Amino acid sequence: MSILKTEGLTYTYSAGTPFEKTAVDHVDLEIEDHTMVGVIGHTGSGKSTLMQHFNGLLRPTSGRILLEGKDIWADKKSMREVRFRVGLVFQYPEYQLFEETVYKDIAFGPKNMGLGDTEIKARVLECADALGLDRALLKRSPFALSGGQKRRAAIAGVMAMHPKVLILDEPCAGLDPKGRELMLRQIRDYQRRTGSTVLLVSHSMEDVAEFTEKLLVMSRSKLYCYEDTALVFRRAQALSEMGLRVPQIASVMGELRRRGYPIPEDVYTVAQAKAAVLSCLKGGSEAC
Amino acid sequence: MLKDITLGQYFPVESLLHRMDPRFKIVFTMLFIVMLFAGNSYLTLVIGAVFVLMAQLLSHIPLKMSWKSVKPILPVLVFTAVLNLLFIDSGDTLWEWRFLKITQGGITTSIFMICRILLLIVGSSLLTYTTSPILLTDAIESLLSPLKRIRFPVHEMAMMMSIALRFIPTLLEETDKIMSAQKARGASLDSGGLMQRVRALIPILIPLFISAFRRAEELATAMECRCYRGGEGRTRLRSLKAQPRDYAGLAVCLAFAAVSITVNILR
Repeated sequence: MSILKTEGLTYTYSAGTPFEKTAVDHVDLEIEDHTMVGVIGHTGSGKSTLMQHFNGLLRPTSGRILLEGKDIWADKKSMREVRFRVGLVFQYPEYQLFEETVYKDIAFGPKNMGLGDTEIKARVLECADALGLDRALLKRSPFALSGGQKRRAAIAGVMAMHPKVLILDEPCAGLDPKGRELMLRQIRDYQRRTGSTVLLVSHSMEDVAEFTEKLLVMSRSKLYCYEDTALVFRRAQALSEMGLRVPQIASVMGELRRRGYPIPEDVYTVAQAKAAVLSCLKGGSEAC
Repeated sequence: MLKDITLGQYFPVESLLHRMDPRFKIVFTMLFIVMLFAGNSYLTLVIGAVFVLMAQLLSHIPLKMSWKSVKPILPVLVFTAVLNLLFIDSGDTLWEWRFLKITQGGITTSIFMICRILLLIVGSSLLTYTTSPILLTDAIESLLSPLKRIRFPVHEMAMMMSIALRFIPTLLEETDKIMSAQKARGASLDSGGLMQRVRALIPILIPLFISAFRRAEELATAMECRCYRGGEGRTRLRSLKAQPRDYAGLAVCLAFAAVSITVNILR
């Protein structure tokens, strides 16, 4: 079943002035439930603008957004409800922390939902654990944490609302490689455990190759495609024309294939490549 | 969106007035104000009006913009007019009720005042319409530089002003972003009673203050890294240089002022 659907979604900034710019142009899209979706696109391709439509922060100039089959703008009063069901984590979310303690900050969203104290506590602890935040940190001031810990606290604050759709805009920007890997793993585990849908905006092809099932590709304000990750990475040429590329390991494999080695298509993660190369080596020395 | 708030009133079109030296423009405006307030007859107002009209035509600023600057002070205008009308007691009495009196002198004075304030607003707003805030601070710094003799920190004041101006759009953008982020967490900013609304501002103001302090610190570091040590011996990318057109403008202004003063004396 589709959880999010857009019909002819169009958004124009500063309509009617000389600065008019269409950031999202007639996007028709249907995102299935329980999916890990990667969102890629060149800087300024309209990714972030599109994401802000999904929880009603921006109102489309024309077109509709359906959340579980219901137009989110049909009833303006239910907008808060929509924001609890579609959680959005902005880029550098650590700059929105404000409470006295990390605990209170993570509890801000659930509190706005009107949940009881025991439920809030359960959720705060659950999300802190999910992101590997030490429980001892919960009593500290969020401003006393390290950058990575702040980031985790901020993401936990949105996760704690238990949204059906969780959108993360570059959650790993500025983290070290190990922190990146860990964070993405935790996000994927969360997605699997809760059965929610996660939209992961990223500039790293390696990350989306490793962690997503489907890819949403934006190019020049338009939806280029929404397909299985494997299918998208077959289009190396088209991607590079959009200012994107396939993961490095996929280009290496492509080059090997071009030179006549029997490497199957759809190899775009290091693990897959390892298996492919090993089986190629075993398959007979005359081929390699 | 917050971003749509215009910064200052600068109206970027190409015109003679836009190109003029901002220091001269400030001087012109001051001369104009003196001329307007020293004048005591309708004839001086007409001279002022001609001056404003000329400047307006030279500036290529649409009349609609001037109306925009007059609109907010309309209440003040009405207030002054009513006060003058009711309390000035000279000439024939036309209407009387208890202590209120409308006299011929009152009517003429209030019309005179309205015209004077209107001219003042339209004329002086041309300065801010045709000069960008940054140029304006540069000009103020340059005009106030004699005050350095008495140890007044002119350069520092000007630097503070330009930094403040520079960061207004940045902070607005930041506010916009923080507001969106908190709305995404279910903060309701536009409902509830007064106390509730004030409390709803906390999740926005705290991150905003923290980021403002962070930016200030980063900027200070960046400036020190480039060996900024105040105004001493500092050169400029855009140095202000008076052109013949600026002196011509000054001559015109002085001529207007001279005519106005002559009219005042002869009367």
